[in-house]
Amino acid sequence: MQVSVSVSEENAEQEPPAQQVSAFLERRREQVAQRWADAALFRTVFTVSRDEAVEAGRSVAAALAAVAAAGRLDDIRAPGFEAVRDQLGRMAASRGRMGIDTDGLADEVAALREPVTDLLRAEFPDPNAPEAQECVLALTVLMGTLRLVVLETTVSAGEEVIARQREQLHEVATPVIKLWESTVAVPLIGTLDSARSQTVMESLLDAIVAERARYAILDITGVPTVDSLVAQHLMKTVAAARLMGAECIVSGIRPAIAQTIVQLGIDLGTVLTRASLADALAYALSRQGVEIAPLRTDSAGVR
Amino acid sequence: MTGPSGSGPAGFGPPVAGPLGGHGFTVPVLRLGDILLVTLQGELHDGMAEQLQQDITDRIAHTRVTGVVIDISGVDVVDSFLGRVLAEIAAGAELLAARTVLAGMRPAVAITLVELGLTLPGLRTALDVERAMELLTAGERQGEGSP
Repeated sequence: MQVSVSVSEENAEQEPPAQQVSAFLERRREQVAQRWADAALFRTVFTVSRDEAVEAGRSVAAALAAVAAAGRLDDIRAPGFEAVRDQLGRMAASRGRMGIDTDGLADEVAALREPVTDLLRAEFPDPNAPEAQECVLALTVLMGTLRLVVLETTVSAGEEVIARQREQLHEVATPVIKLWESTVAVPLIGTLDSARSQTVMESLLDAIVAERARYAILDITGVPTVDSLVAQHLMKTVAAARLMGAECIVSGIRPAIAQTIVQLGIDLGTVLTRASLADALAYALSRQGVEIAPLRTDSAGVR
Repeated sequence: MTGPSGSGPAGFGPPVAGPLGGHGFTVPVLRLGDILLVTLQGELHDGMAEQLQQDITDRIAHTRVTGVVIDISGVDVVDSFLGRVLAEIAAGAELLAARTVLAGMRPAVAITLVELGLTLPGLRTALDVERAMELLTAGERQGEGSP
């Protein structure tokens, strides 16, 4: 009996700790999943049924076993994680919607380590043997990697959202409107940075070609502040429109902004300006020989 | 002015441009009534641009046209040199009492020029050749007033 035990231990000793951890996770997958189902992370995400939580725990444990089997304990790009990356992302997103920030999430993932290391220690006749210590250490490293994977998934999901929203903002924020025959307008809303002013310039110039516009109105009513950089962007757009043969009018300059422009000493001398979009349109129309007049009263009487 | 076009003591008529810098052709300058029409296509080498400047100035001086339309709708790239040449053509034409209109600049070219800081002030621009002709003839009807 003694002899047989020592032989099996010797066999185990020949295996590296990562392989032992992998075998342990495969063997005890059910118990690990059951314990994790009670942990805060799984319990709060899968509120409908405990079976669901256990099922999720099983797949995470299986993924960890695969990573350990490949011997890539501290590699967050290990192929084994791919299987659960989506699931972890959904869990993290669901926690995020409940108002848990990244710190809280990190703590919850860290809390998964305790139950599984306890189970691993119980596997060894002597938990303080160097061999057992090594296995526990390997498992700890693995759980640390899991924590990193979860956080990395969260961060990249956040980045995706930001990039998508930025793109939407660009599309939404720069419509070019045809106001009249040969007259187009861009109502600018929000802060003008370099990227946005580039988009504005491109769409305005394309619209000038498409509509065969002679007059282009840049309305800055929705621009909260005008500093020298914004003024420079505006002047560039005006210059580009002029090169295309269209006259550019900047409108919607609020009194406060007019004051700021004067105080900053920005020279908008080369740019035609009007107080409101209506004034700018009136200017464009009069230059084209179009006059808008109220209907005569006698013609109203005929109707 | 250096250059091979000194070969023409003939005075009137289009100056015969010799092959310049290995390019055996020049940009055609067409006369339509009182207006010279120049259509630039593709890439314009520095030598050709200089030759063009000389051709246009000579033609204005000898034919007494009142307007020049330079159509650059077929040009993908306008560098700082070509930008300067265009401005110089316009300034030279102005001295000879002809007005120059730059027509058909593409959006991408306009953006590049603005980013380079070449806004070509003082140069008239139009969306296309038709608009440029309109601009020149309308200006004529109103008299010799500068816009």
